[in-house]
Amino acid sequence: MNTLMDVLRHRPGWVEVKDEGEWDFYWCDVSWLRENFDHTYMDEHVRISHFRNHYELTRKNYMVKNLKRFRKQLEREAGKLEAAKCDFFPKTFELPSEYHLFVEEFRKNPGITWIMKPVARSQGKGIFLFRRLKDIMDWRKDTRNSDDQKDDIPVENYVAQRYIENPYLIGGRKFDLRVYVLVMSYIPLRAWLYRDGFARFSNTRFTLNSIDDQYVHLTNVAVQKTSPDYHPKKGSKWMLQRFRQYLASKHGPQAVETLFRDMDNIFIKSLQSVQKVIISDKHCFELYGYDILIDQDLKPWLLEVNASPSLTASSQEDYELKTCLLEDTLHVVDMEARLTGREKRVGGFDLMWNDGPVSRDEGPPDLSGMGNFVTNTHLGCVNDRKKQLRQLFCSLQVQKKASN
Amino acid sequence: MLQEESDLSLIIAQIVQKLKGSNLYSQLERQAWASLQRPEIKLESLKEDIKEFFKISGWEKKLQNAVYSELSVFPLPSHPAAPPEHLKEPLVYMRKAQGSWEKRILKSLNSMCTELSIPLARKRPVGEQKELLNKWNEMGTDEPDLSLFRPVYAPKDFLEVLINLRNPNYENGDSLSFRTHLGLIQVPLKVKDIPELKECFVELGLNTGQLGIDDSTQVPPELFENEHVRIGQKVLAEQDSAAAQQYIRQGSPTALRAELWALILNISSEPEDVLYYEQLKTNVIQHDLLVDSLIYKDVKLTASNDDYYFVFEDYLYQVLLCFSRDTSVLSHFAYNSASPPKSYIRGKLGLEEYAVFYPPNGVIPFHGFSMYVAPLCFLYHEPSKLYQIFREMYVRFFFRLHSISSHPSGIVSLCLLFETLLQTYLPQLFYHLREIGAQPLRISFKWMVRAFSGYLATDQLLLLWDRILGYNSLEILAGDAQK
Repeated sequence: MNTLMDVLRHRPGWVEVKDEGEWDFYWCDVSWLRENFDHTYMDEHVRISHFRNHYELTRKNYMVKNLKRFRKQLEREAGKLEAAKCDFFPKTFELPSEYHLFVEEFRKNPGITWIMKPVARSQGKGIFLFRRLKDIMDWRKDTRNSDDQKDDIPVENYVAQRYIENPYLIGGRKFDLRVYVLVMSYIPLRAWLYRDGFARFSNTRFTLNSIDDQYVHLTNVAVQKTSPDYHPKKGSKWMLQRFRQYLASKHGPQAVETLFRDMDNIFIKSLQSVQKVIISDKHCFELYGYDILIDQDLKPWLLEVNASPSLTASSQEDYELKTCLLEDTLHVVDMEARLTGREKRVGGFDLMWNDGPVSRDEGPPDLSGMGNFVTNTHLGCVNDRKKQLRQLFCSLQVQKKASN
Repeated sequence: MLQEESDLSLIIAQIVQKLKGSNLYSQLERQAWASLQRPEIKLESLKEDIKEFFKISGWEKKLQNAVYSELSVFPLPSHPAAPPEHLKEPLVYMRKAQGSWEKRILKSLNSMCTELSIPLARKRPVGEQKELLNKWNEMGTDEPDLSLFRPVYAPKDFLEVLINLRNPNYENGDSLSFRTHLGLIQVPLKVKDIPELKECFVELGLNTGQLGIDDSTQVPPELFENEHVRIGQKVLAEQDSAAAQQYIRQGSPTALRAELWALILNISSEPEDVLYYEQLKTNVIQHDLLVDSLIYKDVKLTASNDDYYFVFEDYLYQVLLCFSRDTSVLSHFAYNSASPPKSYIRGKLGLEEYAVFYPPNGVIPFHGFSMYVAPLCFLYHEPSKLYQIFREMYVRFFFRLHSISSHPSGIVSLCLLFETLLQTYLPQLFYHLREIGAQPLRISFKWMVRAFSGYLATDQLLLLWDRILGYNSLEILAGDAQK
């Protein structure tokens, strides 16, 4: 079920361009970008779906570096408390370059579990868990031996990350959240948050005992699909609305508010940390898939950011979600030049950051003047996008007629 | 007047009798003895002082809740000379129909048993017991071969039985008139019409605030939601069952729902309750029942395949397997038109001394049964509490959805109510559906039998079940199906 093709083909006034024809919009993949971006001339109105060096955010080793640097900067400028807001990323070390730093940290916390992740691969490939340094020694030997290539090709970069041992469980199962963030520009930073998303469940029950059982710990749908327990009919996903309701009935609305506010913080800080590094080209926009893990204290952790979140649908519900997501993305990109640029909500997208925080602007004005600011995010809330879009485009039409 | 008074004193006597055997009674007794130590209790005014003490310490409230709970379940006062069958079901033809339906189910179960040569019950070998104990929290990971098992019956089989129900004393006449009921159910039961429903469900009127409608994003919370939540918190603080039941007619705020339902159903997790659940669990570990496989099959077929409830698969086993061994459920058969099936020890067919109820709780699960439990997993996470809530919901409400009776909340009345409402107020839709061969009841029947579980999004389902608890009636299911 190819959602992207369906959405693009059904968009009124859009025509598919084949081969070497001239295009105004390209939903490209990262390999094309790498090879062609630098020597492709694009008119002002042209749009392309990736930033040139998005890997600053999406490759685990770069992201860690950028975040660490940003944290230091925050500490200098705004103090320890503000810098602590960046502590949503489990301690991570690049290997082999930071091996010694890693070993130091490892020895400080004996017995905890670490996870080894390849820097550039996706879908859960190449990931494993370990508790002893011996396990990495064995793995290094294995990869070297199985390598029948020449010696001077470097071993793929990995990161070793502290494994979150107390994940929040539902029905005894571990899960992570997939959230969609649309960035229209980095300078200034304009980011939109999509209301829908989903929680991906592991099929097997969580226990730390079977570290070898890859399936328990990795919740990517791709890995789950190869698990012997996987039954395609099940879907193993919950829409975020469901998840939010479940938490609210268990912990109360206040706790849920706090959790979602903390998640907003993750999105903003992660984007801010790469703001100065990413080449902000006005032709570029990017739809990121954030992977978030919640622990038992209801603290959210950032697992990773995906520049090309999967757009294939695993079920009817999933198809709905992804097609609406893409439609709304195209609305925000606004090739049709219908928007005024002052909108705070387009379909399921809420403007989260516009060179500064965006407020919800509801309710009575804040007379105390102190942080009663509520951000304009509605993650996991009701998504009445059809109605909103109808009203939006209607009023835009009226405005246009009036000004003509 | 005199008749009412004697009815009332009869009810009071019966409730007192019932409560005397309960845990609450012994607790109250202990409390009363202990209170003698207190300085404010004086010998001269002993009775009043203890009463006062009970009031202040909240024990009176607990007693009130217990009495209220009994009243909710208590059948309507009837003629003192009425035999116990009348308590179950006053109409003879209904009793007969239920009896023959039960015979059919039992026959089906027994033949499955013989075909597969599996005993109805067997003791597990020690190794198997240990294994099950280890796996108790993740029984969903088990993949037993269930291909040979079939559900004993499905809602549509039950519907066929209801369609063929006839009152032998009632002659409909051959001529069609505008009064003729064109639906599938052809029994002359009295069901409420819209004016009566409006009177009964007055809190659901347009002028009263409702959760699920008046808390939507467009409506500012100050208008209804905030106040409603505040009242809800107050009701919980007072621990008053009756007030909670009244309150919940307008829907329950998400954060308060679990506590409110527990209060209305008068469930408090005492150590004795947890112990009781643990004993049931031990029963499950030690003995394997044929119905267990039916339960497994049902969960795998329905809840596990549901987009939302698959997560709670393990809880469902933990509740349903224990439920089938809970003999305390047998007491609800006093007011249920159904009767628990009996099974005889091998070779002693017909000898009452060798009869046992099978399954021990007398309830044979059908296709979709596990969906009664699934939505509750959303609210309760502690297995023994989840179990208690489900059991109470079953013996108060759910059993009426799959037994043949004339009770206004029974499935027959609900079907009739549904068809009547549809035929009277949406006649075009009704006739159109009949024209194209889709009798409306055939579509809505399965919704009602399952109390909409699996057919409505959970948040809406929970709001619907709020109203079932609030009005102590299932009639709202028919109204909802009609919408």
